[in-house]
Amino acid sequence: MVKGVRFIGLRDAGDPACLAARYDREGADEIVVLDVAASRDGRRTFLATIERAAEGLTIPLIAGGGIRALTDARAVVAAGADKVAVNTAAIERPELLGELADAFGVQAVVLAVDVKRRAAGWQVFARGGREPTRLEAVAWASRGVRAGAGEILLTSIDRDGTGEGFDVELTRALVDGVGVPVIASGGARRAEDFVDVLRDGGADAALAASIFHDARVSIAEVKARLARAGVPVRRDP
Amino acid sequence: MIALVEYGAGNVASVERALWRLGATTVRCPDGESLSGARAVVLPGVGHFRQLAAALDARGLREPLLTAARAGTPLLGICLGMQALYDASDEAPAARGLGLLPGRVRALPTSVKLPHTGWNTVRARGSSRLLRHAAPDAWYYFAHAYAAPAPAPHEAVTAVCDYGETFAAVVEAGTVMGVQFHPEKSARAGERVLRAFLEAI
Repeated sequence: MVKGVRFIGLRDAGDPACLAARYDREGADEIVVLDVAASRDGRRTFLATIERAAEGLTIPLIAGGGIRALTDARAVVAAGADKVAVNTAAIERPELLGELADAFGVQAVVLAVDVKRRAAGWQVFARGGREPTRLEAVAWASRGVRAGAGEILLTSIDRDGTGEGFDVELTRALVDGVGVPVIASGGARRAEDFVDVLRDGGADAALAASIFHDARVSIAEVKARLARAGVPVRRDP
Repeated sequence: MIALVEYGAGNVASVERALWRLGATTVRCPDGESLSGARAVVLPGVGHFRQLAAALDARGLREPLLTAARAGTPLLGICLGMQALYDASDEAPAARGLGLLPGRVRALPTSVKLPHTGWNTVRARGSSRLLRHAAPDAWYYFAHAYAAPAPAPHEAVTAVCDYGETFAAVVEAGTVMGVQFHPEKSARAGERVLRAFLEAI
């Protein structure tokens, strides 16, 4: 079966709600908003941001960052997110994934997996890419899916921010190793990069942030390029 | 006034806002009593069939919904809400659906990635009120692992989706309607479907 292609605008700083609305209008298929604040005040701001972003949005919204327990996820969903993404908290307690799946449905649970290449294989990192774990990417993602994750958000830490393109090999390994949709993230610079990771990497979706925020590449350009490459893309006239 | 059934599974805010954007006035209905006087009913749904069936009973929604449907009040089931229109679902074998549409909701085959989460296209079958403004190659957002069957020919199934198998994407039996996808999460294509529903009122 051929799945549709999704693009997700990821927010680092500034006003996520405005960017989300803009990307929605420009043809993004989904929006991801991650909280990078560590403080409790930051948490309130984050929830307010999700509320504002969700308000006018006509496409799905994934919210993540700092979700430690079911109560955090409930707050995020109540604020308007359709799906929640968890990373470190799931590594520390995989049962959390099942709890989230029971509460919201497995389609609402996204496991974010941050990976660095090592000689021995693909190593999973926690805490925003700062803390190495003993986990191997495909094994951990598979386990996460068994525990309740309905989707994997795969970030190549090596490629993130480099503009060297997505890590197609890593993506393919995850896609072949798990039976749920995989969103590839990290390294996008050109429209061509999306063709590589979606067509060759087999990703179900590709995520980019700064190239869209900085308007270096438009979502329309990426979709046109994908269509020319024969990758099914959603057009919404 | 459109009654938006709220039974505690997922939040109704996105559907609510999508209807508001189209100029509709809605009221959240947590129980059967609050449904009286509704000109139309929307039954959204995210979660498990068992929860929904239990809520229909616990909140006294079952009879009022059936009465409204039989009286010709337009009813739109969304996602799990569409599945609830049927007799039953394999997701919760002991639970009862509304029985407004004959048949049983079944699990999608394991030959494809599950749940079916993401955008997909549908194929129209026959004439459809809900898809009257739709572009034929429009994409809609799906998030489900169970689906209603699409036996051919079946008048009520006005659009199907192919994912592992061919299942019912849009059903219309008089004023009882359902969409397996989330129109409130399907951008302009979804808006067109909701607009068509509002026009049926």
